Amino acid sequence: MSTYFHSIRIDTEKCEGRMKCLRVCPTQAIRVRNGKASIIEEKCIDCGECITVCPNSAIVPLTDPFGELTKFRYTAAIPSPALYAQFGREILPEKILSGIKKLGFDSAFDLALTCGEVSFAIQEYLRDYKGPKPLISNACPTVVRLIQVKYPELIDQIIPIELPRELAGREIKKKLSKQLKIEENEIGAFYLTPCPVKMISIKQPAEKGKSFLDGAISIADVYGPLLSAMEGIEKSSYRKALESICILGVGWAMVGGICRTLRLKNSIPVSGLAEIIKVFDDIERGKLRNIDFIEAYSCLQGCVGGSLTVENLYTSNNKILKLIETLEFEQIKACPDIREVRKLYSQNYFLIKGKFEPRPLKPLDTDLAKAIKKRKLKEEIYELLRKIDCGVCGAPTCLAFAEDVVKGDADLTDCIFDLSDNMEEFSQELSDLLNKTLPLNFNRSNIHKSKK
Amino acid sequence: MSDEYVLSQKFKIKGGDFGKAGRTSTSIKEILKEIGIDPSIVIRASISVYEAEMNVVMYAKKGMVTLSVTPEELHLKLEDEGQGIADIDQAMKEGFSTATHEMREMGFGAGMGLPNIKKNADRFEITSIPGKGTTLDIIFCLNKTGNK
Repeated sequence: MSTYFHSIRIDTEKCEGRMKCLRVCPTQAIRVRNGKASIIEEKCIDCGECITVCPNSAIVPLTDPFGELTKFRYTAAIPSPALYAQFGREILPEKILSGIKKLGFDSAFDLALTCGEVSFAIQEYLRDYKGPKPLISNACPTVVRLIQVKYPELIDQIIPIELPRELAGREIKKKLSKQLKIEENEIGAFYLTPCPVKMISIKQPAEKGKSFLDGAISIADVYGPLLSAMEGIEKSSYRKALESICILGVGWAMVGGICRTLRLKNSIPVSGLAEIIKVFDDIERGKLRNIDFIEAYSCLQGCVGGSLTVENLYTSNNKILKLIETLEFEQIKACPDIREVRKLYSQNYFLIKGKFEPRPLKPLDTDLAKAIKKRKLKEEIYELLRKIDCGVCGAPTCLAFAEDVVKGDADLTDCIFDLSDNMEEFSQELSDLLNKTLPLNFNRSNIHKSKK
Repeated sequence: MSDEYVLSQKFKIKGGDFGKAGRTSTSIKEILKEIGIDPSIVIRASISVYEAEMNVVMYAKKGMVTLSVTPEELHLKLEDEGQGIADIDQAMKEGFSTATHEMREMGFGAGMGLPNIKKNADRFEITSIPGKGTTLDIIFCLNKTGNK
């Protein structure tokens, strides 16, 4: 059993080693060796970029099939607000929720309301917070993983407020078990997810607690059936359907939605991993201390851009934006009562139970002296390489290859180029350092034969 | 200490190049993480080197950072060629700054740079020759006892 649960699996039958995933992985967690891709678990943050680019559909998101529903006496669907963005302007949450019920769930819960409560809770937390700034939203599990793995120093800046979907799962089970007089474990709470990464926050929460949800079903999987199910549902008047929408909550579907609807002054919305990395680098340098809150999503435009959504992300982003504008214009505020939220907040209703722990990447060596030596060797090896990042060795860049070599995970001969006459010398140094004997087959003519 | 246990690397900084400012501190941060330096020291070191880097970008023609790490000590040496500092005592005061309006607009020049470096480092030395340049020695102890 491996230490880290991941929501991404590589189907080795389908994988043809075409290396698209190798190049796109933001944490360089993929290697292609012997023609097949594999994931370095320690480095993977479950962003799902590889799923999207794989031409063979060999990288599969791990979500639950519909069949899971039959395991429970009562089932509740909790759709991400990103689902509301998947349909045309006229189709409002009310109709979507009725449609979901026709798919076989006993109830469908409007998560936007809970999102609204959590927005208020975030506001409360920000007001009382005295520690280092900025605080970072925990809404996107990939962002939380990124911090755990690459920015462990920022871990205390992640907002420790429970996620809306978890709170909803917790409260639904509490309420329904009383109402229906059944056990909480007989109720299945399923999140309808825009991305596979939500699955890991259910199976292995970053704060090591237990999830209140029982599974996640892909929005892409429910889309077709839902579209048919919504046919023939009588809709109430547009105005009436609007009146049930919590403006604070629908904002959670897109990046900047929380900041915009709460009107947080000093906050920054950022989406896309490459951009997030730039912002986090700045935080580490001590910049951005005047910013209170960072709303970060690994998918472009936030959850509407998730890899398991259907609609074009700019169209769906626009739908949410227009919905918010309409609600603002019509002055509709179907939101939780802030006084009620404050009361619950003071009772720690919103705080997560566990604690976010860093899980930094292993250094080159646990012994500093050895690590220094390996780092120097890595630099020397890198200097030998062509630096064209061709990827043929199976590592995404020449630098990553040099690191794999000093870690003992790759062999210098994996590089297709003539390195230099120093190869033997290096290999000796390496085998001394790694305390192992390398297969010393460094006669170059041999190497090239084997490559061909 | 034999040479093989000393990691030494040099980084050039160009004065006035705001577009690339911050790269040196990012590279140094990556190296320190890679060899397993304690995260609290990594963050103090990267804040210090970033402040120092920005000083070179803002005030000097060019500069050089030399990173040397031994199992005992992390040493960052910054040498720049530029206007230098006439009154070091004054420059070390919090809030003292000669930054232009434009630099302040960008969020720099609050007069916190040098004091901030000193605050973060375990040892800090500064020498400067006006008209020639400034040299900073920023040192962090890596064996537990010497830590701040």
